[in-house]
Amino acid sequence: MSMRKTLIIASLLLPTQHLLFSQLANAQQSRFGEPATQKDIDKSFWSVFPDGEFLPEGEGNVATGRVLFKEQCNICHNMPGESDPVKDDIGKLFGVTDKKGKPNVEQTIGSYWPYSSTVFNYIRRAMPLLAPMSLTNSDYYSLTAYLLHENGVIPEDAVMNKDTLPKVEMPNKDGFIMAYPKVPEQYEVKR
Amino acid sequence: MSKDKKLPGIDTTDHVAKGGLLNRRLFLTSSIASTAALATASAAYGEDIIGEGQDDWTIYPGTDALEYSDRSRFEVENVKRFIPNFPQKFLDLRLTKYVARTPLDHLLGTITPNGLHFERSHQGIPDIDPDKHFLVIHGMVKNPLKYDIDALENYTTVSRHHYLECSGNSQVLFQETPTDQPIQQIHGLVSGTEWTGVLLSTLLDECGISPDAKWIIAEGADNGMMTRSIPIDKALDDTMIAIRQNGERIRPSQGYPMRLYTPGYEGNTSVKWLRSLYVSDRPVMSAQETAKYTDMMPDNKALQFSLEQDVKSIITRPSNAMSLKKKGLYEITGLAWSGKGKISRVEVSVDGGQTWGDAALEGPIHTKMLTRFRIPWMWEGGSAILQSRAYDEFGRIQPTRKELIDARGRNAFYHFHAVQSWGVSPNGEIKNVYA
Repeated sequence: MSMRKTLIIASLLLPTQHLLFSQLANAQQSRFGEPATQKDIDKSFWSVFPDGEFLPEGEGNVATGRVLFKEQCNICHNMPGESDPVKDDIGKLFGVTDKKGKPNVEQTIGSYWPYSSTVFNYIRRAMPLLAPMSLTNSDYYSLTAYLLHENGVIPEDAVMNKDTLPKVEMPNKDGFIMAYPKVPEQYEVKR
Repeated sequence: MSKDKKLPGIDTTDHVAKGGLLNRRLFLTSSIASTAALATASAAYGEDIIGEGQDDWTIYPGTDALEYSDRSRFEVENVKRFIPNFPQKFLDLRLTKYVARTPLDHLLGTITPNGLHFERSHQGIPDIDPDKHFLVIHGMVKNPLKYDIDALENYTTVSRHHYLECSGNSQVLFQETPTDQPIQQIHGLVSGTEWTGVLLSTLLDECGISPDAKWIIAEGADNGMMTRSIPIDKALDDTMIAIRQNGERIRPSQGYPMRLYTPGYEGNTSVKWLRSLYVSDRPVMSAQETAKYTDMMPDNKALQFSLEQDVKSIITRPSNAMSLKKKGLYEITGLAWSGKGKISRVEVSVDGGQTWGDAALEGPIHTKMLTRFRIPWMWEGGSAILQSRAYDEFGRIQPTRKELIDARGRNAFYHFHAVQSWGVSPNGEIKNVYA
């Protein structure tokens, strides 16, 4: 049977054609997602929110953090008082705590970061660079405590855990303005 | 090209702005025919082998087909994502390992070949086994679901032409003095391709999201697990889970086997190696939306979540990757794009913005995609300052550098989208200048 004839016959069978189309429409809406288990979620999701939601159990302090920093982080980042220019290039973690009136300020944790949770959230997932997630939650609390302390945010004897960390107020907490959904008028580019 | 500049069939007196800019229709209505007469074939009545004088590739069989094709070996040294002769001190910095730039000066059209697409990662490219990778959608949903690559391939996919630009592209132009970096280094963090994927709205519908959902938190599976918060309106609009680029599976450097793709948003929000989408009522305030990708304003406040990109254009030819060897007719061409929609108009100036002529736009013009523009230019051998200025369909106009800096200062770092200038000197040298 020629293609032309097939088409003519098919077009005469309108009910069949409709059935085919509705089957196709159903096929397009078919659902292929599988139920996600808690195990799947735990493996994939590591976010921690500013109010402390999803912060894990565990506890850390500044002194332990200082030792861990020396062991795990000092290979790339300067300790306070050190000034290796290559390490400063990789990322300066301490320094300026007051940015008022200073252009080109180093955007360090104490001078720039608006939320304490972000410190824990970031270093737990991303550091040490060559072996992220190679430490315990308590280790990450200690490193967070040390970084916050050396940035002048918390005292030497502070203890960080899921209750205390979100209560830490960052010096630059009011320094950010949302550009979404709209850039505030004072920063609009005028033509 | 004849010395008296009388080009065959071309009216080089149809000026549209000062400095030698000609009507854009010039190139559209006539090709620049070679004035050289066709070489007359010499009569050959002898018994010579007819292949005499032919090149080897004409008279010997070629090589076999390859499983995956390569470029010409003559292109390899010229066209690459690392900048030739780039100073070693920059290469020594750890950061340069995780970035590669599109050689815009070597490309025409609007589609970036996959091997020349720009890339930026924060902690390297993961080597993901697709059989062990899945995306989980959870949080404020009725049914937390997971999808592997085979599941995603089962959906009716969409294929769309869109650009992708890193939030930090062109940032060196915030500097006080004009950089002498080549165009590829200044602007090479933008590319355009055909993206194929499953609309995220389809998957969110399947999971049944809560009416209180406001943001989704996207996390990658890479070392460092890149994390960004995306507004739910964007997630339900044109955001897709991209699985293919220019037809083939997206490459490891682009997020294999699946990435979030948010057309027109700053590049970093298109989270590669996507593994988790947490539906939330608030942003997570990750390091990449607080410590980085935020712009310090003149009053020391920082703008955060500058997501949708502005209208922008760049001239890719001529650029500082070349020089003008002789006076005569040139084509000025480049790329324009907008994170909001379609490009509606591009103007070009060769006198530093004093007078402007409309460039021709090459269609089809896609939304949130690179659009190529071109305009002929008769260079008489004097100084010139080349600029392009783009408009989008929503009436947004690309600002001058001064206008951008007046509003946002020089410490913004990200999101530079102002007009950029190529200064041409009488000897034909081209430099990035501020004008």
